[in-house]
Amino acid sequence: MMKIMNRLERLGSSGLTICGNFGRCGIFLLRTLFRKPRFKKSFPLLIDALYFVGVFSLIIIVLSGLFIGMVVGLQGYNTLNKFGALAQLGQLIALSVVRELGPVVTALLFAGRAGSALTAEIGLMKTTEQLSSMEMMGVDPLWRVISPRFWAGFISMPVLSCIFSAVAIYGGYLVGVQWLGIDAGSFWGNMQSSVDFYDDVMQGIIKSFVFGFVVTWIAVFQGFDTVPTAEGISRATTRTVVYSSLAILALDFALTSVLIGGW
Amino acid sequence: MIPVKINHLSFSRNSHVVFNDVNISIDPGKVTAIMGPSGTGKTTLLRLIGAQLRPDAGQILVGDQDIHRLSQKELYLARRKMGMLFQNAALFTNLSVFENVAFPLREHTQLSESMIRRIVLMKLQAVGLRGARDLMPSELSGGMSRRVALARAIALDPQLIMYDEPFTGQDPISMAVLVKLIKDLNTILGITSVIVSHDVPETSSISDYIYLISDGKVAGKGSPAEVSVDSSPEVKQFMHGLPDGVVPFHYPAKDYREDILS
Repeated sequence: MMKIMNRLERLGSSGLTICGNFGRCGIFLLRTLFRKPRFKKSFPLLIDALYFVGVFSLIIIVLSGLFIGMVVGLQGYNTLNKFGALAQLGQLIALSVVRELGPVVTALLFAGRAGSALTAEIGLMKTTEQLSSMEMMGVDPLWRVISPRFWAGFISMPVLSCIFSAVAIYGGYLVGVQWLGIDAGSFWGNMQSSVDFYDDVMQGIIKSFVFGFVVTWIAVFQGFDTVPTAEGISRATTRTVVYSSLAILALDFALTSVLIGGW
Repeated sequence: MIPVKINHLSFSRNSHVVFNDVNISIDPGKVTAIMGPSGTGKTTLLRLIGAQLRPDAGQILVGDQDIHRLSQKELYLARRKMGMLFQNAALFTNLSVFENVAFPLREHTQLSESMIRRIVLMKLQAVGLRGARDLMPSELSGGMSRRVALARAIALDPQLIMYDEPFTGQDPISMAVLVKLIKDLNTILGITSVIVSHDVPETSSISDYIYLISDGKVAGKGSPAEVSVDSSPEVKQFMHGLPDGVVPFHYPAKDYREDILS
């Protein structure tokens, strides 16, 4: 009986801790989003953060997009060849990249590259008392450090996702048309006739906005909430990548269900 | 010049009592030292004065404001009158020395770029580092970092400045420089200064008044001369650096023989 009570107590304690963490995370987001704008001072900070978050992620996004497009092209060629439907390769690549692979893989790469970097940077600022010193100078770190990084992640994710999709389609074209000899006219023509801007492209863009919001929220919160030790930063960085990846995959299913009218 | 009054302050962390009904009065324009063994909560006290932590009971008056009853906006305004020198300097690692000192000016004033430049150079001149304006924090020694942090702390001409262990880990020359700077800033600008330290000779040489904290309470207080001849066991052990006494050499543990043979 005593053992059951102890287990129940631990379960309740864990539940309370999780609820508390969600509460703090929510309050943190509200305090980051809803504040008096200071455009003149915020804009240069946003540009810096966009450079750090977006431009530095560009190489990994472009290279991954190219290889993923080439792999999809190769796999698609082998499969469609069995049914004599090679003309549909462009359509296959475009739809799978624009609707699913583009936003999801970009978000996963973004979480690994920019999300972990954001967490480590903010965590290290906390560990070295830079955030405390800012507070003591009468400057709110949520405005000065967190807010520009959050908005930079939110803005750059859809742009990176579009770049990823464009490069992936080009990768598929290199394999399908340039290497394996599919007719370029049918490749591009079928793609153009079957991909709808609102149903397909916008679906991917909406997803990447949601992923950008969630991944950056997780990353900046984990950095801000880190235990100020070397081990604390290491754990926070790991949590950012794990939580972001799981959130992306779960949200992808939910969003796809909603966007294709399944719910 | 603003006074600080700490009335019946109690603060605990994870069921450990850090302060229990502590009363401290910091006079305006004076150098007041808060001393005590490591782990007695000296840095915590500075964080309580700066309202980065909230007390369990009691009040802290900075000037005539109860610092923990202010709204966030009022608190940030009040902090502009305070400067704090952190133990590890806490310089912004992505900004140069010049930009670090200019940071509070850019954030809180509408001064022109030429005016900011002049003020920054004046502050850096005061700490002897005008020539290091273009260096990055990673290129500075520990002593230089603290001097830059000091220049940044006085950039907005605060009325109260708090020093967290300013002499720890410094070579004799850097230490002498910091001692001189702290005294000069207090004498010339009349800033109320609070020094948290366990370096007895250096702190005693520039303090007007000393509070010695031990075991969550004020164990002794007075001018440096008075504290140095205080006969209470805690004060005597700390001021004369005795290895054993009220603060034991050994961390509490079970019997040595029993522990070894078990």
